Amino acid sequence: MEIFGIPTALLGSQLLVGLINGSFYAILSLGLAIIFGLLNIINFCHGAQYMMGAFVAWIALTRFGINYWVALIAAPLIVGAVGVVIERLMLRRLYKLDHLYGLLLTFGLALIIEGIFRDQYGISGESYDVPELLSSGINLGFMFLPIYRAWIIVASLTVCFGTWYMIERTKLGAYLRAGTENSQMVQALGINVPLLITFTYGYGVALAAFAGVLAAPVFQVNPLMGSNLIIVVFAVVVIGGMGSIMGSILTGLGLGLIEGLTKVFYPEASSVIVFVIMVIVLLVRPAGLFGKT
Amino acid sequence: MKTKQLAITACAAALATLSAGASAQISGGSVKIGVLTDLSGTYSDLAGSGAVLATRMAIDDFIAREKPAFKIEMVTADHQNKADIASNKAREWIERENVDTVTELVTTSTALAVMKVAKEKDRIAIMNGPASTPITNEQCNDVTVHYTYDTYALANGTAKAVTTQGGKNWFFLTADYAFGHSLEKDSSAVVTANGGKVLGSVRHPFPGSDFSSFLLKAQASGAQVIGLANAGADTTNAIKQAAEFGITPKQSLAGLLMFITDVHSLGLKPTQGMFLTTGFYWDRNDETRAWSKRFFDKQKKMPTMVQAGQYSSIYHYLKAVKAAGSDDTGKVMAMMKKTPINDFFAKNGQIRDDGRMVHDMYLVQVKKPADSKYPWDYYTIKATIPAAEAFQPLAQSRCPLIKK
Repeated sequence: MEIFGIPTALLGSQLLVGLINGSFYAILSLGLAIIFGLLNIINFCHGAQYMMGAFVAWIALTRFGINYWVALIAAPLIVGAVGVVIERLMLRRLYKLDHLYGLLLTFGLALIIEGIFRDQYGISGESYDVPELLSSGINLGFMFLPIYRAWIIVASLTVCFGTWYMIERTKLGAYLRAGTENSQMVQALGINVPLLITFTYGYGVALAAFAGVLAAPVFQVNPLMGSNLIIVVFAVVVIGGMGSIMGSILTGLGLGLIEGLTKVFYPEASSVIVFVIMVIVLLVRPAGLFGKT
Repeated sequence: MKTKQLAITACAAALATLSAGASAQISGGSVKIGVLTDLSGTYSDLAGSGAVLATRMAIDDFIAREKPAFKIEMVTADHQNKADIASNKAREWIERENVDTVTELVTTSTALAVMKVAKEKDRIAIMNGPASTPITNEQCNDVTVHYTYDTYALANGTAKAVTTQGGKNWFFLTADYAFGHSLEKDSSAVVTANGGKVLGSVRHPFPGSDFSSFLLKAQASGAQVIGLANAGADTTNAIKQAAEFGITPKQSLAGLLMFITDVHSLGLKPTQGMFLTTGFYWDRNDETRAWSKRFFDKQKKMPTMVQAGQYSSIYHYLKAVKAAGSDDTGKVMAMMKKTPINDFFAKNGQIRDDGRMVHDMYLVQVKKPADSKYPWDYYTIKATIPAAEAFQPLAQSRCPLIKK
């Protein structure tokens, strides 16, 4: 059977691959959306923090023999802690200023972090093996699906929807949302807003690191692995609507699928399609698909 | 650190025995070599600081062995793989700092830009990193040497070997820019010429990171061989993901441009059994081992063919300056072309009139993890491709300097 001259088996497998990439977009854009929502910071070092997550996992395995499963928890905590330090020492001073200052600072930090890793580990990158438990694959009939790829979808969706639940349905999340709306009022009600902000930034960074650990066995762990991805992820956030939690998750998944289809029909355009959609969305709905106008 | 530049002055070994006349021919009293390379981007492992080190070693060895009457200086800069930065830097070096030769120049776009500046200013350009054949064809000039390798030699080595050994049906995974297209074109020609068939190709954006979609297309094509007409991180990611999706070892991969640093970073598990063509392998004989170990002691990595070629070409250049008794571009080029190259890198290497340095190339196969006995023990040399066969014959040259 064929659809538009493409065998359905190939189409099915490409959609699945698109969904896998969409999971990465979802988890990364979620982190950005949370940070932007509460801190008003456009976190340009998100890509570098994603890369750090992958490197921490690799260093943990090769230097200390710490396995993937531990790294999946430990790396986000370590990188998140670095994020907390960055927030306390630097970002804190910029909240009253224009967005541009935060963008410039985090962009500079990204260059510095990537430079340090490049100097230490070179540009070719390091190899991280797929954990034993997930190293096989299943034949779905239309394609051979490596179990690890399936795990990426499960893990990232769990974390994404867990985060959404925490923000939209719990008391902590209510404080966060209130802090976004009117931080002075929330402060006056006796809630420690600065601490809440620090926690939020640390959590957003930890999400990036989590995606980095998930990515380590699939992509070569390399100092610039985040720098190409981050631009696409920013486009995802803009399309979804800056600061919208559910919007960034759904847009991430959706754009992964669209990108996957582009790779079938016109592969040369696959790196541009996200930006074409971004332009259209900005023209039609400047606040993004899920943003509040 | 954007235009990192460090100038290291080599002290002259002034020998009273040499005539004053010879040194008077050297402009400014010293020979100045500019290493213009990628010190921070995608190609910084295969060229980069290793190429700077190789140049340093060549200068130091030359001074120690040949005791020249002239001073030798080196300057370095990062061209960031951008043609405009490369040509501006080359111009600045030549005009203000009196640089005699600009070298390395990984990525074709920077190489082509600097060749033009060198021609205009009558200085020498020695290329080791760039791969594309136009350097010695349509764009050729008489002040450029293309030393280490090119896409013709790579295609001719790898694609020919794989096709004649039974890999008849090919599918190409091609980086969507000039270099990828050139490599695909050269390789397809070799495949068809050897009785093989190209079933299709897919062009992926450069740089890419997820190749699974493209690999699934290659898998669906049913081709025996998937030719990777890309380089660097694109190649390593594609190899890694081909193994993940169970494409290898059912279908085999042919890395059309791979360096030992790529194999090192991937490890032997996903790369084992792959064929590739290289101009240099550190573990080939006692001579290559001796030099490579000196390099390793400083760099902590074994040299790529680009880095070994960089040493060899700089040493050859300095010898030509000494023999000519001048750093005049015309005289030095004539001497470089006249003198055969005999060192650990090349035996009876010869620089042709189109600027192509022809030398033996090696077809190697990546070892199985169990067969690798010590660090960096990665390749088995399957065949030596003689200089006369390895490179594009002059009869096919599109270089205007070649009279037919």
